[in-house]
Amino acid sequence: MSSAPLLSVSDLRVGFATEDGIVQAVDGVSFDLRPGEVLAIVGESGSGKSVTAQTIIGLTRANNARIEGAVTLDGKDLTSASDAEMRKLRGDRVAMIFQDPMTSFNPVYRIGDQIVEAIRTHRPDTSKGAGKARVVELFEAVGIPNAAGRVDDYPHEFSGGMRQRAMIAMALALEPEVLIADEPTTALDVTIQAQILDLLEELNREHNLATILITHDLGVVAEVADRVLVMYAGKVVEEGTLDEIFYDPQHPYTWGLLGSLTRIDRPRPHRLPQIAGSPPSLLDLPEGCPFRPRCPHEFSKCSEYPGLEARSEAPDHRDRCWLNPEQKREKRQVEGQIGLEAPSGANKA
Amino acid sequence: MNGTEVKAGAPLLEVTDLVKHFPIKRGILIDREVDQVRAVDGISFKVEKGETLGLVGESGSGKSTACRAVLQLIKPTSGSVKFEGQEISGLRRRRMQPLRRQMQMIFQDPYASLNPRKRVGQIVGDPLKRQGVASGSELRRQVQELLVRVGLSSEHYNRFPHEFSGGQRQRIGIARALSLKPKLVICDEPVSALDVSIQAQIVNLLDDLQDEFGLAYLFVAHDIGVVRHISDRIAVMNEGKIVEQGTADEVCERPQDDYTKKLLAAVPIPDPRESRERVRNG
Repeated sequence: MSSAPLLSVSDLRVGFATEDGIVQAVDGVSFDLRPGEVLAIVGESGSGKSVTAQTIIGLTRANNARIEGAVTLDGKDLTSASDAEMRKLRGDRVAMIFQDPMTSFNPVYRIGDQIVEAIRTHRPDTSKGAGKARVVELFEAVGIPNAAGRVDDYPHEFSGGMRQRAMIAMALALEPEVLIADEPTTALDVTIQAQILDLLEELNREHNLATILITHDLGVVAEVADRVLVMYAGKVVEEGTLDEIFYDPQHPYTWGLLGSLTRIDRPRPHRLPQIAGSPPSLLDLPEGCPFRPRCPHEFSKCSEYPGLEARSEAPDHRDRCWLNPEQKREKRQVEGQIGLEAPSGANKA
Repeated sequence: MNGTEVKAGAPLLEVTDLVKHFPIKRGILIDREVDQVRAVDGISFKVEKGETLGLVGESGSGKSTACRAVLQLIKPTSGSVKFEGQEISGLRRRRMQPLRRQMQMIFQDPYASLNPRKRVGQIVGDPLKRQGVASGSELRRQVQELLVRVGLSSEHYNRFPHEFSGGQRQRIGIARALSLKPKLVICDEPVSALDVSIQAQIVNLLDDLQDEFGLAYLFVAHDIGVVRHISDRIAVMNEGKIVEQGTADEVCERPQDDYTKKLLAAVPIPDPRESRERVRNG
């Protein structure tokens, strides 16, 4: 994967003016996405992962939003593109699928018609018949059984999993180069989730589709991602390849995320390692490292926030933690596995 | 025990052949019953004192309907539900009310299950007041103690639900369920609306509270990983029926039923090497 980046985000900052002050939802995020690559952005609610994704396709443009930094697609800056230009590009070159397949379709129009409308908006010379034929083709590609019979169904006639497939079909209708999937499987049962993940992987391989996958579930990440960004309070706290993040994680927050997963293939631990406390308010961030109040390994240096730098052997594996690699290796082990060791009684307060 | 006798040796909760069918009606003036949704179709299980039974299945398998029918929040079509040996299915509302102290519920959606116009103190204290357990300053003291016990602070007493995060709201729901010192708590997807890191906190809290108060849980979830962690025994539900029942490790390590196998195979393994391995072995 040495080709030139297709999508490049550099030092993206998104702030929203609220009555209580400016909420800096995204604070200096940078990454490159290459064709065929799956980049996972992981973090808790409020970490800025969805705002990052929405800003890429211009969904956060609002009177109270302040967007800084650059998002370039094939050399063209999207943050300065006009609304009309963005409309052209959205769906055509960059498409997005959302978490909730129920609220992503208009309930009073037939699903097929909604997808045909999207196609004809971008390709006005497509006839209605040709548009519908294309929808049937897409339904088949995403594995909706009896595709021809289902294009005229309404959204409520589809199950959750089928609706998510229909949304993927809509996103793929114009053969975009970049797909942004915001928690695409969170609302689904595990068996359906597995099918959707297989489908996304297949699309990646066969169409060289570049994908940004946003999720809080590292189990999903392990199945499909090539590279991972871990976000906390608007900043990237660690980035690396899938294996680097899972087998040599550098940031205590990543340890916590990995440790708190239940594993069906391992004997169960007596207690689940947990991250104490809750994510900080973006209006009232602690000084220095924002993870400091929840981190059991905090020390004096943490009152200063470290930059995102390569601190282990791998040059592209970057993190924001002052601990040195040996300390990290030693501190992240809990009961033989990676986890954030909770100080005793931390959850009782 | 409010005058109800406890039969020695009876399990805390015993559910036998529980059925709940919903009629599908058609017609304009006269509703004709044309078919039925067999949401719960003859399930049987037991929960012993201090034990956790996990009930796992996909959406639509009938788990939530089963919970509601057990608690008599909806009237079961047929079957028996015994609490400490006493039949509660079909009990009148007034006879049921004292028993409700013994069985409480924690709901899935921490945003929808708390009244936004009430303060936390009222939400948690209401069951105590309704059942006539405490009032006045004693009520306030008990509620504050509970808030501290579930990991909140006594200053949260006068706050409103919207001031709290999802995990904190779930703690409020837990405090409310525990206020009457029940023997059985039915947890209907208590962590599935929460971030993974917060899920671990809530699961650990439920574990601690079980040890401290000797609670029995009926823990309902679609995430078999979480269910295995917290349960002593697991029942797997599919299309209104229990297809497999056994100890947590038995069910997860040596599943017998095809549906259980399918469910387990679909759980993502947070380990890239192993998930690549799984793909290769097909």
